[in-house]
Amino acid sequence: MRDTRKRFDVWTNISLLIFVFYILFLALPLFTMLFKSVYNGTTGDFSLAYFTKFFSKPYYLNALFNSVKVTVSVTLLAAIIATPLAYIMATVKIKGSSAIRVLILISSMSAPFIGAYSWILLLGRSGVITKFVSSTFGIQMPDIYGFTGILVVLTLQMVPLIFMYVSGALKNMDQSLMEAAESMGYKGLSKMRKVLLPLITPTLLAGGLLVFMRALADFGTPMLIGEGYKTVPVLIFNEFISEVGGDDGFAAAISVIVVLFATTIFLLQKFVANRKSFTMSALHPIEAKKKKGFGNIAAHAVIYLYTLIALLPQLYVIYTSFLKSNGRVFVKGFSLRSYQDAFSNIGGVILNTFFLAIVSLIVIILLAILIAYVTVRRKNALTNTLDIFTMFPYIVPGSILGIALLITFNNKPLALSGTAVIMIISFVIRRLPYTIRSSAAILHQINDGIEEAAISLGASQMKTFFKITLPMMLAGVVSGAILSWITIITELSTSIILYTGKTKTVTVAIYTEVVRGNYGVAAALSTILTVITVVSLLVFLKLSGQKEVSM
Amino acid sequence: MSVTITIQDLVKKYGDTTVIPELSLEIKQGEFFTLLGPSGCGKTTLLRMIAGFNSIEGGTIHFNERVINQVEPGKRNIGMVFQSYAIFPHLTVKGNIAFGLENRKLSKAEINAKVDDILKVVQIEPYKDRMPKNLSGGQQQRVALARAIVIRPDVLLMDEPLSNLDAKLRVDMRNAIKDIQREVGITTVYVTHDQEEAMAVSDRIAVMKSGVIQHLGTPQEIYQRPANVFVATFIGRTNILAGSITKAAGGSYALQLGSGYAEELSNIEVPRADAAANTLNVQISVRPEEFILTEDQTGMKATIVHSVFLGQNTHYFVDLASGQRVEITQESKASQILEPGQVIYLKVKKEKINVYDAAGDLNYTRGARL
Repeated sequence: MRDTRKRFDVWTNISLLIFVFYILFLALPLFTMLFKSVYNGTTGDFSLAYFTKFFSKPYYLNALFNSVKVTVSVTLLAAIIATPLAYIMATVKIKGSSAIRVLILISSMSAPFIGAYSWILLLGRSGVITKFVSSTFGIQMPDIYGFTGILVVLTLQMVPLIFMYVSGALKNMDQSLMEAAESMGYKGLSKMRKVLLPLITPTLLAGGLLVFMRALADFGTPMLIGEGYKTVPVLIFNEFISEVGGDDGFAAAISVIVVLFATTIFLLQKFVANRKSFTMSALHPIEAKKKKGFGNIAAHAVIYLYTLIALLPQLYVIYTSFLKSNGRVFVKGFSLRSYQDAFSNIGGVILNTFFLAIVSLIVIILLAILIAYVTVRRKNALTNTLDIFTMFPYIVPGSILGIALLITFNNKPLALSGTAVIMIISFVIRRLPYTIRSSAAILHQINDGIEEAAISLGASQMKTFFKITLPMMLAGVVSGAILSWITIITELSTSIILYTGKTKTVTVAIYTEVVRGNYGVAAALSTILTVITVVSLLVFLKLSGQKEVSM
Repeated sequence: MSVTITIQDLVKKYGDTTVIPELSLEIKQGEFFTLLGPSGCGKTTLLRMIAGFNSIEGGTIHFNERVINQVEPGKRNIGMVFQSYAIFPHLTVKGNIAFGLENRKLSKAEINAKVDDILKVVQIEPYKDRMPKNLSGGQQQRVALARAIVIRPDVLLMDEPLSNLDAKLRVDMRNAIKDIQREVGITTVYVTHDQEEAMAVSDRIAVMKSGVIQHLGTPQEIYQRPANVFVATFIGRTNILAGSITKAAGGSYALQLGSGYAEELSNIEVPRADAAANTLNVQISVRPEEFILTEDQTGMKATIVHSVFLGQNTHYFVDLASGQRVEITQESKASQILEPGQVIYLKVKKEKINVYDAAGDLNYTRGARL
């Protein structure tokens, strides 16, 4: 029995301080956005005019419809592809399976728009594969632009997420569950449908939600490969950024619609998932067995083929970074010219990225440790609210948070727009949850008695925290922090809204170089980013001793 | 310095639910005192109130003359052993044991000396520099105990310390705990739900139910003269029979146990409130070993249902004429075990059985009440 008496100690002050941080940099911006969406700046009236405008013009409604179509399709397709892959990897012994798991993970770690731009290089109108197929076979490849392209790029990007979720669930599933089903006469597909699928449904729901939110929020992919196919994030960006006729209020109104939509989906998922949730732990986990004959070959072929396709965009980008280029086109022969250009013209962005990411990471680590501690160990109304605040970044798309921050901190007394501070705040708010989650997870495993033991031996609360609790939490903090780090350096949708010349990051630079058509420089920068990401990821896997990452 | 713990009218509430209503208790200096009861009886809650991890909603706790209600757990000078051991996994055995000493402004040399001493007492010297994950359950238990007593606490508190060990180790460790406690002489409060363990280690036991102490006494008192039917059934095994007592000459009572079997009891003392009636309905607690098999077909008639041979003793489950099933224990004989269906006749060892009022709340047997 835990005591629930209120303790006004140092932790109450810490909770309050963090609470103020969230009020200021999350609640206030979102509220300002809501305010702008119903407030007419010129007349000073409150009205729903922006919302009426959105719902009365087919142009806008169409973007909403496109977004829903893309998001739902990507989520379903990713689940349909990822589940069999995870099942095959769990049940069949695949040669090099550990390496494959890492490669699949790597394929999901880059910024999605880099995949989009690479697929354009491969399958676009003048893409290598398109040209090769048409010159060799005389066949016209289907069009990669628009809905198809977005679907391909995002699905490939999201499959690894669901793959990891399902792999985790299969690891916790006891072999005897499958054997029990077989003993009662269920085999093959009926076994899958009756036993396996229901058991991984909660996992699919959790992974599906994550994919849904990411696909909904993604801005770079539809921007590059969508061409005429407009989705809501593109719409918001255009309304907000466009030099002529940009309208903050209207952009805010669309943002509000998106956030409401996302919240509805989020709550719906929670409702369904709660009813279907249960916990499993396996005494005898499912073992990957050596298969023979056709099944074995087919299993290997499917896994290898998928891994190759998933990695193809990144590999091709790396390859093109070493090509000689002449302005917008690659020419014959290899050179390091792209790297020279990357460093000499815009080398500053690499330093910027490191500076912003490292400062953000320090803040993230500090806040995450404290938030994890107060939400797990000091449950009260305040810390529960804090817990809800930390979930918001899952629901609020990056570009929308960027806009909200910008319209809130554009004027005195808190004129932060254009500074490194606003970039850091956005990174912290968005990437904090990874570190909080892994820190909290490890804290849940630490028995309450450990802290009580230290206190009963005469240690103060602070000494107990620093000498006992923190050292025990550290592994979780570090692994979460690496995830935060990777997702900061590959972040685009908020940075693209908030950056200025002085705070331009590598991803923003890649994006702008791609838009300008400087594919060589873009490829060189992407390669550098990939190398940093892969190294960070390998450090993560080494440190955490895991083969998976939970996002 | 070991202390006397005096608890007066102590109240514990969670919101509107009262978990412990006005409990009073004195734990003597150097005593091994056990709080025993089924889960949810409030024994751990009481222990954590003494430790300072639970708030106190009413009454006081004294360590000697000092009221400790508002004293922080770290300042009460207690040593605590947790059910989960709560060993710091990132510190070595030595690091764990020295942790409490490091808060006490001692020199390095003093700390080392104290750690070495206690390692000898709990017999884990060879594991001094090991990490906890490389220790067995019993060794971890010893580290937890060493860590708690090395700071020379006024009070040692133990919350089900043996419940995570296997049966054999549990017996070894409870002997070790008892020996170590005797050696260092600390006032000890021990919480357990295992009555055998409680009997083995304790000087005195408080049997608790729903936050109320049902019986407080030595292990012998509690087993032989349980204060009420709950205690009689919770401690050891017993059969509760229905019967009546009738006043007889010379202050003795005639006990009717049904089907014509009666015994004359001279150790019955009915309180004044009940004494007016000539005949009283009672509940009788007869432990399995308190039955006698008669050779001459006198006593209660019973039929053997089945038997369990356990070596030294044989347990029989028998049906009485009333239809009630009771358990009896007999020393195993060289002759054959009684077969199911066989009819036997039973008497009770009248100086050992306990007679309760009809509600089962009050023991009429002399020597049961202090």
